[in-house]
Amino acid sequence: MTTLQYREAIREALAEELTRDPNVVVMGEEVAQFHGAYKVTEGLLDRFGPKRIVDTPISEAGFIGLGIGASMLGIRPVIELMFWSFYSVAFDQILNNAANMRYMSGGQIHCPIVIRGPANGGTSVGATHSLTPENVLASHPGVKVVVPATPYDAKGLLKSAIRDNDPVMFLENTILYGDKGEIPEDDYLIPLGKADTKRAGTDLTIVTYGRPALLSLSAAGVLEQEHGVSAEVVDLRSIRPLDIDAVLASVRKTHRVLIVEEQRPFCGVGAQLAYMIQREAFDELDAPISRLSTVDAPAIYSPPVEAEQLPNPQRILRAALEVVA
Amino acid sequence: MANIIEMPKLSDTMTVGTLVKWLKKEGDAVKTGDMLAEVETDKATMELESFFDGTLLAVFVPAGSQVPIGAALCAIGKSGEKVSAPAPAAKPPAAVPAAAPAPLPQAPASAPAPAPAPAALPEAKAEPAPAGRMRISPLARKLAAEKGIDPARIRGSGPGGRIVRSDVLGAAASPAQARAQGGGGGVPSPFAAGPVPGSKGAIQDDKLVPVSNIRATIARRLVESKSQIPHFYVEIEIDAEPMLALREQLNTALEKEGVKLSVNDFVLKASAEALRRVPAVNCSWENTAIRHHSAAHVSFAVAMEDGLITPVIRDAHLKSIFAISLEAKALGKRARERKLAPAEFTGGTFCVSNLGMMGIDRFSAIINPPNAAILAVGTTVRKPVARGDQVVVGQRMALSLSSDHRVVDGAIGASFLGALKELLEKPALLLL
Repeated sequence: MTTLQYREAIREALAEELTRDPNVVVMGEEVAQFHGAYKVTEGLLDRFGPKRIVDTPISEAGFIGLGIGASMLGIRPVIELMFWSFYSVAFDQILNNAANMRYMSGGQIHCPIVIRGPANGGTSVGATHSLTPENVLASHPGVKVVVPATPYDAKGLLKSAIRDNDPVMFLENTILYGDKGEIPEDDYLIPLGKADTKRAGTDLTIVTYGRPALLSLSAAGVLEQEHGVSAEVVDLRSIRPLDIDAVLASVRKTHRVLIVEEQRPFCGVGAQLAYMIQREAFDELDAPISRLSTVDAPAIYSPPVEAEQLPNPQRILRAALEVVA
Repeated sequence: MANIIEMPKLSDTMTVGTLVKWLKKEGDAVKTGDMLAEVETDKATMELESFFDGTLLAVFVPAGSQVPIGAALCAIGKSGEKVSAPAPAAKPPAAVPAAAPAPLPQAPASAPAPAPAPAALPEAKAEPAPAGRMRISPLARKLAAEKGIDPARIRGSGPGGRIVRSDVLGAAASPAQARAQGGGGGVPSPFAAGPVPGSKGAIQDDKLVPVSNIRATIARRLVESKSQIPHFYVEIEIDAEPMLALREQLNTALEKEGVKLSVNDFVLKASAEALRRVPAVNCSWENTAIRHHSAAHVSFAVAMEDGLITPVIRDAHLKSIFAISLEAKALGKRARERKLAPAEFTGGTFCVSNLGMMGIDRFSAIINPPNAAILAVGTTVRKPVARGDQVVVGQRMALSLSSDHRVVDGAIGASFLGALKELLEKPALLLL
């Protein structure tokens, strides 16, 4: 075991896949000479050279389109977005072209591309830099969507994403880049579409993903110590494919559900989850399914207000206590 | 084209009515003026009159339903005419202006409209669970079925009384259940054993009874009164002997005329006269002004099976004790039959509550807003009293006045009871 930061775990995944497969390339703004806006790609240019680690102009539609075209011909590009908030510049490339290519070509053409970068609020970067588009992305059949919470998950999931033959949207988090976690020395993969129960419990299931999974774990500790409530925390890790079986197994155990997401509630991931849970496990529910989301407004610039707009341990705790009331 | 009959607004505080009973059935011929159904409002049970001639084509709500104002009840048209039930969503209960701040319909008709009561509680606060719909989680429902427990016998501990899993498990583990399943063990103590021989069984069934309209109105108005009105109480004991003597004289002498005065008739008449002497009690608090009423409309509490109501003797200050007696008797009878019209139980300016006939010595009553006071009347008691230096047997009666201190001060309350005492102790004054 070694201890790595979240950004280092992603870098290791990239380096290992660049080494393993000569078709893997990394492209994006400042990924090469500047070592990445958040230093994820630090040192990769020196190790793999300018043909594999490519700086691009500020033109997401252009370089994502380039990556998609290259992927159709067998290259496995890993595109870095400085913020996922800028994906909409390339909306047509990603969600109309890449997402539909395998279906439209009758299975003859694949787009093995990974688009990765941070998608989160909480750092006071304002409404146009704080989008969390996993719900929008996941509503398009043909793409896969991954939101890792820990260094271990980030590395194992990114390696699987690079080896996957479909477009994979990989949503990171700037607040987590410095988080440390243990990583096995040996090569490992985490399959896409497999949830991880990060804490076992009996009274309440918290279904969550991304940074809110960590916040939920912290709230679950308080629930246990101060309120005698045993909460199970199920980290989805992948939004699509969705491991609904793991969620339902937990619901059948605890009978009460709180969904926690760094997502605005309207048409969010939690809405889909709540529908699926009640559809499949109606008779297992002992209380209405509850949801804690980002407060429904553009990302608020004021740091103290934004902290309350996003899920935080206090908000999660209050929501959880309502569900078990 | 059939005429759709909707739930009418039968009292000014009504939002829903209970269709108690259909008096006509589908297919019956109906004439204008025929009574179609009995409807219980928050105040009384009233008959629903037809304003159409024709045939009762369809009945949309069964007897016993609670129906919001404006919802379709039935259709009247030509015999054989087709009529379809109106879409239930057309007038959902939510559309009922439930928040109408219960107007306090007490000002005499001749007076200008009272200022709106700003502090009136919105009725929407009262949230009785819809009758017949049980709140139970899906899991609890499934568990109860598995364990063969009737959910209706389980008390819910979840939000809004929802039955949740732990309630079902608790019911399953209750001693009664355990005994039935042969659980327990050990030597049974004779004191812990089941029902003693000769036990008459449970006091009553465990059950949840939905609050009736009339009960909900009583609850709302009394909470409003006791929480908003600063009540204070003054009490006096009077010598009832002269009044009882006069009553007996009149009832004996005028028996052929059908006169049968009750003690309460004397109290009602005396109250009206006392209000004339101390008119400051015949007032209402209206937040920025105190309304003075020119007439004494004296109401009296009548117990009904499921609550009480206060019919009003209008202009009691102008009526003889004999007129008051006849009117009180008629109103009391109609009140017990729930046949009072709204005008007969609204608009009082003072209220009398008498538990004397039930043997109560004395009690304090809650003011019926917007009255400024209510008189609580006890029974007449034979007891030793000092007359001069002698202890003799006297007939005594306790009167307690509850007053709204915003309107009536202690001295005024005392003057009023003093006037009442004089009138009842010199009852000939009540015949003037």
